[in-house]
Amino acid sequence: MPSVSTIAAIRFGSGLVPREAGPAPAPLDAAALLGDLTAPDTMAARFPVITRPEAEELARQVRPARRAAQAGTEAGDPEPELAYRALRQQLRVATNRGAQLTMARTVAAEIGFRERLVQFWGDHFATRARGPELGPMAQVFADEAIRPHLAGRFPDMLKAAALHPMMLVYLDQTSSVGPNSASGRKRGGLNENLAREMLELHTLGVGGSYAQADVRQLALLLTGLSWTYRAGWHFDPTKAEPGAETVLGEAYGGADPADVTEIHAALEDLALHPETGRHLARKLAVHFTSDDPDAGMVEAMAAAYAEGQGALMPVYAAMLEHPAAWDTFGAKARQPQDFLVAALRALGVTGEQVAALEHGPANNHLLGPLRLMGQPFASPPGPDGWPEAASDWINPQGLAARIEWAMKGPRFWVNPLPDPRRLLRAALDDAAGERLAWAVGRAETVAEGTGLILASPDFNRR
Amino acid sequence: MLNRRLFLQGSALIGCSAAAHPLLSTATFAAAPGENRLVVIILRGAMDGLDLVQPRGDAGFARYRPGLAALAVGAEDGALPLDDFWAAHPGLAKLMPLWAAGELGFVHATSTPYRDKRSHFDGQDLLEAGTGMDVPVGMAREGWLNRMLQGMPGVQSQTAFSVGAEEMLILSGAAPSASWAPASRLDLSAQARLLLDHVYHDDPLFRDAATEAVEISADMAPGDKMGGDANRQPLKLAEFAAARLREETRIASFSVGGWDTHRNQPGAMKAGLRRLSETVLALKDGLGPVWGQTTVLAMTEFGRTVRENGSMGTDHGTGGAMLVAGGAVRGGRVHGRWPGLAEADLYAGRDLMPTSDVRAWAGWAMRGLYGLDAGLIEGSVFPGLQMGSDPGLLL
Repeated sequence: MPSVSTIAAIRFGSGLVPREAGPAPAPLDAAALLGDLTAPDTMAARFPVITRPEAEELARQVRPARRAAQAGTEAGDPEPELAYRALRQQLRVATNRGAQLTMARTVAAEIGFRERLVQFWGDHFATRARGPELGPMAQVFADEAIRPHLAGRFPDMLKAAALHPMMLVYLDQTSSVGPNSASGRKRGGLNENLAREMLELHTLGVGGSYAQADVRQLALLLTGLSWTYRAGWHFDPTKAEPGAETVLGEAYGGADPADVTEIHAALEDLALHPETGRHLARKLAVHFTSDDPDAGMVEAMAAAYAEGQGALMPVYAAMLEHPAAWDTFGAKARQPQDFLVAALRALGVTGEQVAALEHGPANNHLLGPLRLMGQPFASPPGPDGWPEAASDWINPQGLAARIEWAMKGPRFWVNPLPDPRRLLRAALDDAAGERLAWAVGRAETVAEGTGLILASPDFNRR
Repeated sequence: MLNRRLFLQGSALIGCSAAAHPLLSTATFAAAPGENRLVVIILRGAMDGLDLVQPRGDAGFARYRPGLAALAVGAEDGALPLDDFWAAHPGLAKLMPLWAAGELGFVHATSTPYRDKRSHFDGQDLLEAGTGMDVPVGMAREGWLNRMLQGMPGVQSQTAFSVGAEEMLILSGAAPSASWAPASRLDLSAQARLLLDHVYHDDPLFRDAATEAVEISADMAPGDKMGGDANRQPLKLAEFAAARLREETRIASFSVGGWDTHRNQPGAMKAGLRRLSETVLALKDGLGPVWGQTTVLAMTEFGRTVRENGSMGTDHGTGGAMLVAGGAVRGGRVHGRWPGLAEADLYAGRDLMPTSDVRAWAGWAMRGLYGLDAGLIEGSVFPGLQMGSDPGLLL
């Protein structure tokens, strides 16, 4: 079994980086990982992403530009069509830029536990842009709803994420109208999608003790939440169902006019429900340690969640202080995005190098490989996010794409490639197995030696 | 059959023997259920069925489409006559010999149960999930081809193949299926293969996945790797699918995009249909003798507006068309009940009225090809579907 410090870097962080000359850095342990979360978030400032007003402004332009393009074509004027195409390209660039900066942050992070949690919670609240105009908003979501709360309280993250424009659009809340509201009496109706996923995915979990009636009542309570390109996020009382709603036996709302505080109160209670604590504890344990995690560890994490009233730091601490977090090393496979980032770190690539790429090369060398490995950026298959099992990722297609990239991809980033024996040390330290070390010494070329290391189970497991 | 000689080549290089390589002797593939082949092509972007196969005998057609239907049937660059009523888009010219041979047909005025919102994302999700409007759109995680596999005996890991880097919801689910993007061809030197084999030796997950990947890749002809030419990509997918279907695979699915023709539809349809025609021909050529046992269904998420818009295009609609091909289909005809284009016959006053559920045609195809029980099809493959009587799509 490798040292605690190596496991910490590979299993909970974004991967090892080459050691520089000079004094050895302090070894990592549970305390160092937790310290990564309480330290200031320097990566967000070092690689700033698009802001919400900028993203909304881009989205706002799409419909008028499309209409102008149609009108222009009818009138024989090609200019509006060209402007529309340019806008679409601008959206593509902005969307991909977000992916690039997310990876730049993870490559540059000292330990990377924070970036891993950004991804974990972003996946817990999985969203996907519905249409190209919302592509850039994915980064806004991560920076507004996830990053500020991942070392704070889960109830706050829930309110920020589940009510964010990205989520409201993705789960159809923007088209949900209370049947007896002022708007609903004219047209439109209730949409239960967000309410259902809040209970099933975001809080209690699919086995939770809620019934269809709770889904419907929560859906009625959520009416009024709105977001439009023009007006941005707002609460529209004319769409809110009048009267109180009862969710899991508690009554909420009933104020006239309705407002968002009633929704916040319900989310606070849902977040602090004991089943939510167990659901989150198990999900974290599955993501970081094993598809079948140690029951005692999950229990300790859930207890910490209850005791801390939804504070997340004690939950992480309960996981990291449990022996099962360390002695199951290797049970998980790095997901493609983590794999790519860990490889770049091991190769000594800097975050600035990643951030500096133009649109085309970023597409070819970051986003394209991720697609082939089975994890197109910010495009999870559904609201329940990416699969967790190693076998979902290490399949013929996914592994072939990893091997291909491992053999041929690194040359673009590092020229000349480092000596494979040195890379082996940088990438895996004392986690390199004997078989890998034997094979690396027999590779015919530096590129193949590099490829063997990065394609190995040693490097792809954690 | 697959061979493992590529692994053995050069084993002398580092002195390994085959016996030391358990992955050289595992038998991954077994016989598949039956000999019939099914290929489902998802046409992403909502293909205009009224342009694909044109109801020239309906007086409404020319009225709604003065620009798109300006050229007379049979004129240079004009539509190709199929019979007294129907004409095919000129982009299908290369497929006309198949029409004549009864190996190409169409289903008109068909659609999924998706209505009114006309979103590509949701429409494609519903098309691939095979569910009705009772399941929240976009939330399905299992496709109907996968549920079909779940009801078939003897399904192996390569019985069904999803081809291309694109996610294919239609094959996702509990039943095993393989996926491969021809762009992922593994180009490894003999030495790299051997060393990788050594590194994966003790890890069955990596060993099995790599073995299968190397085998699939080795089966591809040299130079098969897809280039950047978007026009040739569907062709490559078809060639790869056909190669697998010649072996153990019985079911394959891939997608062909580029049908969202809001503007300049004549150019876009011509290019798109030429691509689709070449794709079908690549399947036929690649399948060779088993083309006779093959059914190809090319379906789209919804049709487009009956009226052309002001940009020589059409907008999102409802009823559309499906293209069917293969030696197992009853071609040379346009299937389905034609609803007519009179104002009162349109859906919501703007779209072609669907007169059949696209799932029923697929259901009858799987019943004919694999003998699936109607109760299973209506109960689990396409929950809630009423298949009705046999529409005679297959021979």
